[in-house]
Amino acid sequence: MPAAESHINVTKRDGVDVVEFVDRKILDELSISELGDQLRTVADATPAVRLILDFARVEHLSSAALGMLITLDKLVKERNGKLRLCNINPQIFEVFKITRLNKMFEIRKSVDDAMIGL
Amino acid sequence: MRAANRSDLLMDQPLPHNEPGFREVRVSSTYRDAKLPEKDILKEVEQYGYDEDATFAIKLALEEAMTNAVKHGNRNDPSKCVIVRYAVDDHRVVICIRDQGTGFTPEAVPDPTEPDRLMLPSGRGIMLMKAYMDEVEYRHDGTEVYLVKRRK
Repeated sequence: MPAAESHINVTKRDGVDVVEFVDRKILDELSISELGDQLRTVADATPAVRLILDFARVEHLSSAALGMLITLDKLVKERNGKLRLCNINPQIFEVFKITRLNKMFEIRKSVDDAMIGL
Repeated sequence: MRAANRSDLLMDQPLPHNEPGFREVRVSSTYRDAKLPEKDILKEVEQYGYDEDATFAIKLALEEAMTNAVKHGNRNDPSKCVIVRYAVDDHRVVICIRDQGTGFTPEAVPDPTEPDRLMLPSGRGIMLMKAYMDEVEYRHDGTEVYLVKRRK
């Protein structure tokens, strides 16, 4: 079976893994499952990983994607790491607000903001 | 041969929304095929000039409803199918999605924003559909969801 295509671009910045989503839509179960695996690989690669997820390109997000983010957040916390989300457009932020997950995740405006104190 | 269960029989009954103007798409119950109806529905939505917010809402609700039909309704059985009927006009977009499962009781689905459920990874689909669509109604014992988005 061909390897799943990469759904993320990862760059290191002062020891922080900055993950940019490649896809405009994080909707369907298949690609979310692949995306979750790829994020887990990043989280597992560094002890006490510090992770920033950059949503700049993301225009659509489903409840399955929220579930994947919750699972990732739990995993990062178990490893004494930190996870922050940033560059979330207003429509997507509304999805976080409706589900009240805006209170559960650390959400910042930009990658620069997310770097502060991480 | 497996005896036809109630939901199989319901599948062949005419829906209340099969009057002229409603289009029908049947797809097999896989995540891959569940994506197929979206393109045609959104094309009509665009042709009727619905705004970006309405399009966002319809796309999200459709994704959630199709996932629920495949995963919870048909329990990932690819031999089953999902029937999508839809109609778009100047005033509203109506989408009916029916699965071949045994149904469920929507009222029994817990509120995912309850403090002790907030960090559970699943259970937000119905809530999002209700937040983004003007009408969300479960019919036929929960095997069909009826979604309406009105033009603002």
